[in-house]
Amino acid sequence: MRKLKEFVIEKLILFCGLASIFFVVLIFLFLLKEGLAVFKTVTPPQFLFGKSWYPISEPPHLGILPLILGSLMVTLGAALISIPIGVACAVYIAEVAPLKIKEILKSGIELLAAIPSVVLGFIGMVTIVPWIKSIFHLPTGLTALSGAVMLAFMAMPTIVSIAEDALYSVPKTYKEGALALGATHWQAIHRVILPAASSGIMAAVMLGIGRVIGETMAVMMITGNAAVIPHSILQPVRTLTATIAAEMGEAVVGSEHYFALFAVGIVLFVISFIVNVGADLFLHKKEQ
Amino acid sequence: MVEFLIKDLNIWFGQIHAMKNVNMEIGSKQILSVIGPANSGKTTFLRMLNRLNELNDNFRMTGEVLFGGRDIVEMDPETVRKKIGMVFALPLPLPMSIFDNVAYGVKVSGVRNRKLQAAAVEKALKQAYLWDEVKDRLDTSAFKLSGGQQQRLCIARTLAVEPRVILFDEPCSGLDPISTAKVEEAMLVLKKDYTIILVTNNVKQAARVGDRTAFFLSSELVEMDGTDKIFTAPRDKRTDDYIRGKFG
Repeated sequence: MRKLKEFVIEKLILFCGLASIFFVVLIFLFLLKEGLAVFKTVTPPQFLFGKSWYPISEPPHLGILPLILGSLMVTLGAALISIPIGVACAVYIAEVAPLKIKEILKSGIELLAAIPSVVLGFIGMVTIVPWIKSIFHLPTGLTALSGAVMLAFMAMPTIVSIAEDALYSVPKTYKEGALALGATHWQAIHRVILPAASSGIMAAVMLGIGRVIGETMAVMMITGNAAVIPHSILQPVRTLTATIAAEMGEAVVGSEHYFALFAVGIVLFVISFIVNVGADLFLHKKEQ
Repeated sequence: MVEFLIKDLNIWFGQIHAMKNVNMEIGSKQILSVIGPANSGKTTFLRMLNRLNELNDNFRMTGEVLFGGRDIVEMDPETVRKKIGMVFALPLPLPMSIFDNVAYGVKVSGVRNRKLQAAAVEKALKQAYLWDEVKDRLDTSAFKLSGGQQQRLCIARTLAVEPRVILFDEPCSGLDPISTAKVEEAMLVLKKDYTIILVTNNVKQAARVGDRTAFFLSSELVEMDGTDKIFTAPRDKRTDDYIRGKFG
């Protein structure tokens, strides 16, 4: 009787595990099947490096270079803003802040992570967008820079909380050892604690960037959505994610446009996969 | 010469009274062994001397600790810790190469010249009897060394900063007898140039290396005297009981 119970539970767990893998594989296959169909009309280089995206003109232009560049620009901008601030904030929380401030900051950052992206997008639309318009005297504030600033806010909670964990898990003895040799607090932080936590911090950065690449709603609301090759960060851009979200509803099922959007999905999938694997490698390096 | 003069020292961690009315005089260029059971305040006493207790937010201290005639609370902590080095219970190499471990303290005190750093590293490793074992692999990670070697590396790291005093916090608790003998041998040579304060759980070790011995019990200094005196004719009955292993 007991053995039977054990057997049933074991198989149940096995089934649950297999099911989740099965669904992932299914989604991936579906994505591949629909996405690869676009290559009947365009070659992969034409698709990836084509300079114009006019999916409903006749014949359709299905080049996603402007979209890739848009995503890249917004992501890089967000990374440049969020990484220094996020890591510095993590160092402050883990090493410098007194206990009370530490707790307030930590819950504050968790709160920041809990704000839905559409709300952040909305706030960005009514604050950042007009600011950028008036600061740089632009015809429109819906630019890559606005998106980057907004996304930096979204990446920050991830970066701060994971980097803070990494810093916190550096053995206290390293710090004491460094201090006992006459190092100042800052010397101990930047020559011992930061290097010791570096793999965790890299993982935090990668996960933060992963979140930025996949983000859709906020960027769609504030980057202007012009599918042209951007020449500066003060121009409107359109990202890969926003393209899918904006156009999927209008695309005719089975049309080239429809297949192209799935192919964009594959590109996005590959990019996030690479970022996640990168983060994983860094985390594993830490364990060794 | 007097290295440390301690007057009416009291230490609290939050509500816990961790050091009660300690008065002490510690002479220079000799080894003071500090013995006592667990939680008797030995380590707190040691970490007070180089101001490491201050890392704990709840730490509070009254009384006076004069180091070479100057109040340590009025000196800045980095200077105190450079002059008063510390070797911890567990060997704690920093996560870097052997060379960088020893050079770390030299670097943070502002020596940029690579040659001077290398000279300081070699000298310190020789003093810690480690040079011959590692001279061919200074660039490998310090974690590749054995426990005893790591502990001597930590001693070398401390020596490289050229302190006046070295605090040892149970330096042999994780080591085998042969490594322990090597560390003790190093201490006996070092006392010619340095004041050494050794906290140890090993009463025999205290007898072997200490010139003087202090016995702590329940956060109080019970007595302090020449090692021979403590081990043959202690004044306090509790000291006698502890040394004979009646409690511990």
